[in-house]
Amino acid sequence: MTAPASPFPGVAALRQTGRLFSLALSVVRNSVRRPFQAREFIEQFWFIASVTILPTALVSVPFGAVIALHLGSLTRQIGAESFTGAASVLAIIQQASPLVTALLVAGAGGSAICADIGARTIREEIDAMEVLGVSAVQRLIVPRVLASMMVALLLNGMVSVVGVLGGYFFNVIMQGGTPGAYLASFSALAQLPDLWISELKAIIFGFMAGVVAAYRGLNPAAGPKGVGDAVNQAVVITFLLLFFVNFALTTLYLQLVPPKGM
Amino acid sequence: MGVEVAVEGLTKSFGAQNIWRDVSLVLPRGEVSALLGPSGTGKSVFLKTIIGLLRPERGSCVVGGVDTASCSEHQLYEVRKLFGVLFQDGALFGSMNLFDNVAFPLREHTRKPESEVRRIVLEKMELVGLTGAESKLPGEISGGMRKRAGLARALVLDPEIILCDEPDSGLDPVRTAYLSQLLIDLNAQLDTTILIVTHNINLARTVPDNIGMLFRRELVMFGPRELMLTSEEPVLAQFLNGRRLGPIGMTEEKDQAALAAEQAQLRAVTDTLYGIAPQLDPSPGLPPRLAVRRRKDRVMSALHQFPIPTQRSVIASLDAADRTRYGIGAPA
Repeated sequence: MTAPASPFPGVAALRQTGRLFSLALSVVRNSVRRPFQAREFIEQFWFIASVTILPTALVSVPFGAVIALHLGSLTRQIGAESFTGAASVLAIIQQASPLVTALLVAGAGGSAICADIGARTIREEIDAMEVLGVSAVQRLIVPRVLASMMVALLLNGMVSVVGVLGGYFFNVIMQGGTPGAYLASFSALAQLPDLWISELKAIIFGFMAGVVAAYRGLNPAAGPKGVGDAVNQAVVITFLLLFFVNFALTTLYLQLVPPKGM
Repeated sequence: MGVEVAVEGLTKSFGAQNIWRDVSLVLPRGEVSALLGPSGTGKSVFLKTIIGLLRPERGSCVVGGVDTASCSEHQLYEVRKLFGVLFQDGALFGSMNLFDNVAFPLREHTRKPESEVRRIVLEKMELVGLTGAESKLPGEISGGMRKRAGLARALVLDPEIILCDEPDSGLDPVRTAYLSQLLIDLNAQLDTTILIVTHNINLARTVPDNIGMLFRRELVMFGPRELMLTSEEPVLAQFLNGRRLGPIGMTEEKDQAALAAEQAQLRAVTDTLYGIAPQLDPSPGLPPRLAVRRRKDRVMSALHQFPIPTQRSVIASLDAADRTRYGIGAPA
C-alpha cells in the first residue's frame, strides 16, 4: 500500500491527499455505473437521516436565535431595525444552515460510515469483495456518499426553515421586533441564488463528509484501535475541509453573483 | 481447466520494510502447490499480491495472459473471476447470513434464477459440512465454521485457481484432514490450480504436488514434492520437521553463535521425518487427477538435475507401468 519512504518531508501528506482525490474521482465515476445499489442507498439514506434529523433541528433553533439576537441588537444600534429579517435570513441560509447540516452529517453519519467501512476493512471483507470481482467503491462507497449528499441537501432545507423560524421567534418575542417588518424585509436583500448556493454547499459538504469517511475507513491503521483513530481523524479532517471549502465557495459566490442592492 | 500462474522477480515492501524480494515461481496448471514459511514471512502478502490486492514494486505475475502486478483495474476485475480465495478468517460479510454470503458471487456475476442459486449454494454448503447453518450470521459461528463457509463461497463459481490462506488454522485435525481431501477431490474433478499457504507440516507433506518455502525475505526453494521433502536445505528440513534446531529462530533468524552451538546437537537428532510421505488420493469414485501424470512427466524429464537421494526416492516411488513408460529397469 505505502510506497518506499521518500527523502522529501511532506510527501506522505501529499500522497494521502492525492489518494483522497483519486477516491473522490472514482466515486464520481462509479456513481454512474450500472447496476445502481438502490437498496444499499435507501438503507444508508434512512440510517443517516435518522441519526441526524433530531440533532440538526435541535442545533438549528438556538443557532438561528443567536444570529437573530445578535443582528437585532446590532441593527438597533445603527437604526436599521427593519433589515433584521433580511440579514438574518441571509446569514442562516448562506452560512449557518449548510455548515450546521454538514457538521452533523459528518459527525453523526460520517463517523458511522467510517466505523462501518473500517471494521469491514480490517476483517478483510473489502478485500474479499474485490477478489470476488465486485468493486467495493461501486457497491459500498457510492451509495453511502450519495446518501450523505442527499441527506445534507434535504436537511439543509429543514435547517433553513427551522433556523429562520427560530430567528423570527426570538426577534419578535424576545427583542420586541415588528413581525411585519421582519417578514417583509426577507426579500429586501435575499435573492434566489442565495438559496441555490446554500443547497450547492450542502451537497458538496455531504459529498466531502462521505468521501473522507470512506477514505479513512478504507485505510485504517492496523487493528481495532486503528479503526477508532480513523473515525476520529475522518471527523476532524472533514471539519477542517468544511470550513476551508466554505470559505472558498463564499468568496467565489460573492465575486460571481452580483448583490441585489436596494 | 486450471490456469498457470507465473510469478517472476516479485518484490514487495511496506515503506522501508522489505517483505520479500525477487520471488520467482510457477504454479503449474492444474497442480496443487503449497507455500510454507514461519509466521510473519509475508505468505499472506504474497497471496494478496497474486490476486492484485497489493501492487509489488517490481516483478510480474501472469495469470491467463494478464499481469496482475501491473494491469488496469478493469482487467483485474476480469481476471479475478478465475480465482477463488479463502482468506485467513473466512472474510465473510458480517451483515449477511451464510446463505447470502455463499450466494453473493452467483448473484453478482451470473444471471441464474434464484432456484438454481439455491441449489448450488446448498450443494457447496454440504461440501464443507455446513448444512443447516445457512441462516446463521458470521458473528454467531465459530472460527472454523467461518473458514469453511469462506471456502464454500470461494468455490461457488467453480474457479480455475483456488488460493487458500491457512486453511487449517482454527480447524481441528479431523476437519483439516477432510479439508485436505476436499481440495484434492476438487483438483481431481475440475483440474483446478491450487495454492495453499500453510504452517501445517502434515498437510504440506501429504497434499501438495509442489512445495515452496519463504524465509528471510526470499523464496528459499520451490519445486516438486519429491525434491523438497528429501531436501537437505537446513531451513526446509527444520520446518518440515518442526524442530527447534536449525536456522529458524523464535525471532525470525538466529545468530551465528547459536547456530554453531546447535550444529553439534543436530547430529545427535535422529527422529526426523525424512523421505516422501505418500500423497493423498482423490476419494473413491472420482476420476484420477490429470495433474499427476503431467507432473510425473515433468519431474522425470528433470530428474538428472536433482540430488542423488531425491532421484532414488523418485525412482523408488514409481510403479511397474511408470517404469516401462520412462524406460527404467526394475530395481535391483
